[in-house]
Amino acid sequence: MTAQPVAAQNEARPQYRAARRRRLDPSRIAIYILLFLFAVIFLIPVYVLVISSLKSFNEVQDLSRMWLPPQDAYFKTFSEAWSGIPEQGLRGLGPNLLNSIKLTVPATILSAMLGSINGYILSKWKFRGSRTIFFLMLFGMFIPYQSVLIPLTQTLGRIGLGGTLWGLILVHVVYGIPITTLIFRNYYAEVPTDLIEAARIDGAGLLGVYRKVLFPLSLPGFVVVIIWQFTNIWNEFLFAVSILQRPEMQPITVALRNLSGSQIKEWNIVMAGTLIAAVPTLLIYIILGRYFIRGLLAGSVKG
Amino acid sequence: MSEARRERWLAFLLILPSIVLIAIFVYGFIGWTTAASLSKWDGVVPDYTWVGLDNFKQLFSQEGGVAAQRFTIDLWNTLFFTILFLVICVGIGLLLAILLDQKVKGEGVFRTIYLFPMALSFVFTGVIWQWIFAPGTETRLRGVNALLNMVGLDALRWGWYTDPSMPQFTIGGTQITIPFHVALIPVIIAAAWQMIGYTMAMYLAGLRGIPEEIREAARVDGASEISIYRRIILPMLQPITLSALIVLGHISLKIFDLVYSMTGSGPGFATDMPGIFMFETTFRGNHYSQGAAISIVMLLMIALVIIPYLIYSFRREVEL
Repeated sequence: MTAQPVAAQNEARPQYRAARRRRLDPSRIAIYILLFLFAVIFLIPVYVLVISSLKSFNEVQDLSRMWLPPQDAYFKTFSEAWSGIPEQGLRGLGPNLLNSIKLTVPATILSAMLGSINGYILSKWKFRGSRTIFFLMLFGMFIPYQSVLIPLTQTLGRIGLGGTLWGLILVHVVYGIPITTLIFRNYYAEVPTDLIEAARIDGAGLLGVYRKVLFPLSLPGFVVVIIWQFTNIWNEFLFAVSILQRPEMQPITVALRNLSGSQIKEWNIVMAGTLIAAVPTLLIYIILGRYFIRGLLAGSVKG
Repeated sequence: MSEARRERWLAFLLILPSIVLIAIFVYGFIGWTTAASLSKWDGVVPDYTWVGLDNFKQLFSQEGGVAAQRFTIDLWNTLFFTILFLVICVGIGLLLAILLDQKVKGEGVFRTIYLFPMALSFVFTGVIWQWIFAPGTETRLRGVNALLNMVGLDALRWGWYTDPSMPQFTIGGTQITIPFHVALIPVIIAAAWQMIGYTMAMYLAGLRGIPEEIREAARVDGASEISIYRRIILPMLQPITLSALIVLGHISLKIFDLVYSMTGSGPGFATDMPGIFMFETTFRGNHYSQGAAISIVMLLMIALVIIPYLIYSFRREVEL
């Protein structure tokens, strides 16, 4: 086989693979068993989440049935989680979910735009010191946010944004700069310089090149960044819990943690709330998983 | 001004807002926090009276004040949490990646299942696993304990994250206590559940980047599948292991949301972490200068890991 030309080798490969696949030797069975076992373990929390949220309060109290599916699927839990049970002093999570949307959507869009501009400049208009600036920006991605939290709450209070969603939006846009810039910079670096040269010969300036060449090519980059930022901001907790004190202002992560941290017995409602809150990012992941993984890897592997 | 110069300025102006924001919100604020950590600020009203390293001495003092006791536990917890979390994520992540690389049917489905926890909030993970590992009481068993009881494995029941104990040994008459709180085990499991898929995705991307020709050539030379992995593929994955260790390590050094929502500080600070201590002492106790000092220690720990890695990545990029 080594003597064959490369093309012939490549042609031969699919058959070779097929031959290997047909063989059902014990090691392949072991591979499938292992993969299947891990899949079951990974899905246990989902199973618990789903069956618990489909139970009535009485059934979820019956701990001997904790691992068993509900006797009768009780969908009212979801509406109770959304609007609460006022007579028992249980606040609904619906307003907090709306807060999460009001927070996540603008913050995601703004930081994607900012990242796109920064990435364009840092990949195509390098100036003296731009590498150093990029390096200093990237460090901001890794710091423990505890180390900026005290000045942050003080400053937001002083500029009148303390305890507001807009304050939190500003925070997410600012601390999103490193990762969005990184993703766009690496994305635009792949755009051939020839394309840009051609546009410049046609008379396009700095903004013209962006508008006519880079931006139209940017859709996949925007998808990666928007998914990444949406997921991160939706799931974020530390900034939100430090900045927003009033319960009716808080996003869903803070509200859920406050609910589960209290002496609550209605675990069916906690679980239903968690399930509702997890749906947006899970949907994005399932539908656009390819782009989600790209964003994931961008944070670790520098290109 | 020439057109080229004008454009150069425009480019700089476009990126200037981001530079200013990062300069203030990252570097300015770190400086501000450092100033707070060296101050007397202990209450709602800021007080920047200089006290030198007093706040740090209080965290590390030998006299054994409450803060020092708690912070010592926090550092041990962070150390054990980080080591176990890294070993589990890298070990199982690599295993799953290799298994998925065997041209299995339904690879996409398996991959989706292993990776979906990454799309969830650490808070949601904490809430779910809090419910799963809640031990219950002898008469009302809950969570995993109820499951163990159901299948007759009562011997394996224990207090999970409510157990404040540490492993003890007696060697030659002297009792040795390992400063590892067993209550961390359920928390580590939850964290690993969330991050194994990520590690797997990194390794899988690495494996897919290795040309089939290399393996093919080794097979032709008579190498077994196992030795191909041991001698050729695993060494090629080393840069990925480094990236994974750095990314996972810095997450675990600053971990907060997961532990805070799953167990909080735990019994006797058994699951406490510097991030929780910082948050509680600052925003619940109003001990701002102490909170600032803790966060500076956290920053230093992470900088020690991240800065060499960033420099290494930048150098590698230049070579390309």
